[in-house]
Amino acid sequence: MNATAESYTTEDGRTIGPVVMEMKNITLRFGGVEAIKDISFDIREGEIRAIIGPNGAGKSSMLNVISGFYVPQEGEVWYKGSRRPSMRPYQVAEQGIARTFQNIALFEGMSVLDNVMTGRLTHMNTGLFAQSFWKGKAEQEEIANREVAEKIIDFLEIQAIRKTPVSRLSYGLKKRVELARALAAEPSILLLDEPMAGMNVEEKEDMSRFILDVNDEFGTTIALIEHDMGVVMDLSDRVVVMDYGKKIGDGTPDDVRNNQDVIDAYLGVAHD
Amino acid sequence: MPEQLAFTIEVFLNGLMAGVLYALVALGFVLIYKASGIFNYAQGVMALFAAMTLVGIQNGQVPFSHLINAILGTDVHHFGWHVHSAIAIVFTVAVMVVLAVCVQRFVFRHLVGQEPIILFMATIGLAYFLEGVADLMWGSEIKSLNVCAAEGACLPQGLNMWIDETTYNAFGYGFFIDNLDIVASIVAIILVVGLVMFAQYTKQGRAMRAVADDHQAALSVGVSLNFIWILVWSLAGFVALVAGIMWGAKSGVQFSLSLIALKALPVLMLGGFTSIPGAIVGGLIIGVGEKLFEFLIGAPFLGGATENWFAYMLALLFLVFRPQGLFGEKIIERV
Repeated sequence: MNATAESYTTEDGRTIGPVVMEMKNITLRFGGVEAIKDISFDIREGEIRAIIGPNGAGKSSMLNVISGFYVPQEGEVWYKGSRRPSMRPYQVAEQGIARTFQNIALFEGMSVLDNVMTGRLTHMNTGLFAQSFWKGKAEQEEIANREVAEKIIDFLEIQAIRKTPVSRLSYGLKKRVELARALAAEPSILLLDEPMAGMNVEEKEDMSRFILDVNDEFGTTIALIEHDMGVVMDLSDRVVVMDYGKKIGDGTPDDVRNNQDVIDAYLGVAHD
Repeated sequence: MPEQLAFTIEVFLNGLMAGVLYALVALGFVLIYKASGIFNYAQGVMALFAAMTLVGIQNGQVPFSHLINAILGTDVHHFGWHVHSAIAIVFTVAVMVVLAVCVQRFVFRHLVGQEPIILFMATIGLAYFLEGVADLMWGSEIKSLNVCAAEGACLPQGLNMWIDETTYNAFGYGFFIDNLDIVASIVAIILVVGLVMFAQYTKQGRAMRAVADDHQAALSVGVSLNFIWILVWSLAGFVALVAGIMWGAKSGVQFSLSLIALKALPVLMLGGFTSIPGAIVGGLIIGVGEKLFEFLIGAPFLGGATENWFAYMLALLFLVFRPQGLFGEKIIERV
């Protein structure tokens, strides 16, 4: 295995950076149910890291732990070399970790552009007083933020619906707008919760392409959850496999594909 | 111009002005409801509390004086000074912000994620609690509120005629219009424009709209719900203060002031609980509607006093035919 602080190059020539986030012995319980049992793994800079597993394996719980929506009973989260204290979700977002949701959480009443602009909230620093006069620094800041938002809208090919209220969009487009909003924060880690759930083949292909492009163009570190094995294997650099709250595999897609535990979890196995 | 028509126009104008005051109260409800889904029954009491605090500070009254005197055996009631109304308003706003922080910190933070009915019950409790505090703090006697209280302590000259009725001549006919009503309308317009600009163009306003739309998504883009709720309660407190000043100046600062909140209910049913323009238009319709109805139908044919129930009847009609109000978000369930 590679040292945590060093970069390395994969066989197909991709450079993967040092570890940016590390989960150490995370355990999460809901009452008597253990959703996550003593799981450790890391996320490296610039990689696409997938967490896969059958339904109810604890993948979403894991993502919620990373983004601060759940607080684990045991274990530590290390981010950029230091241990992260217990944080609220908005504080995690301020640290540069953006996310999307499995069941799309957009601001339905706002336009696409407004939604993407809310992604810039953590980058708006001018005081209320300066903003009310709308001059100088406040104006420059707004223009700069708007430029980033427009760039991302261009990049994800949603210019045509910039002014459309989100509530009128199709499911696939909503997923894309949600990705745009998360990207607008220029996150150091982007968390995607089942970005392809409920999509048809064409939409899935589009989304896969966008995820790869984002990673390629902006160098964004991406951690994503998916239960469709096929999609994940093509996209990701490294994969964590979960089943019943436990980690049963961790490695490159090829490693994982040949792992007996993983095959059992996905295909089922006779217990005797 | 026939006498009757001119008189109708005057009634219409007076209704419009009364509507502005209803709208001001309704606005406070909408702000909190949009951002947190809480129907704040205490909004009217907040207006009362704000107005009493303003008068108390202006007159240099000692807060909790009865309590202090009873415990310490002293006899203090007044500090013996008068505070300029502008400064008193600033202090009152500060008190309303402190109130917002307390409400959020001690009540609603512990009720996050509860059923709406439970949140509503909490606001009823808050209303009675606040009424008690207001009584204990400033006493229960009726006070007159004059924003230009002491001589020389007035804002720009000439505002002393606020409460006077003035006759305006138009079309060769004299209209009786409360100057206060005109001031109230202008203040309301400034307030609404200010609120809309705030929500549209500032970071905090954007965050506020985000929270109003989706809590989870707002958290994920780095918005602190707690901060926004305190902000919204502070804004509602400020709106309550403005409403309290206007109503207080019109009819004296007394405990029945909290009942004006009930008139805001039909306004909200007309305008929709989630729409700021709705609150304004709803208020105007109710104001004009009840005055005109009283004048044209109520007094001549129904024996008068229709103003008491007209608004509720109109609201009932709206509930039957357009439950989301004039501007409320349409409720569409996907099947």
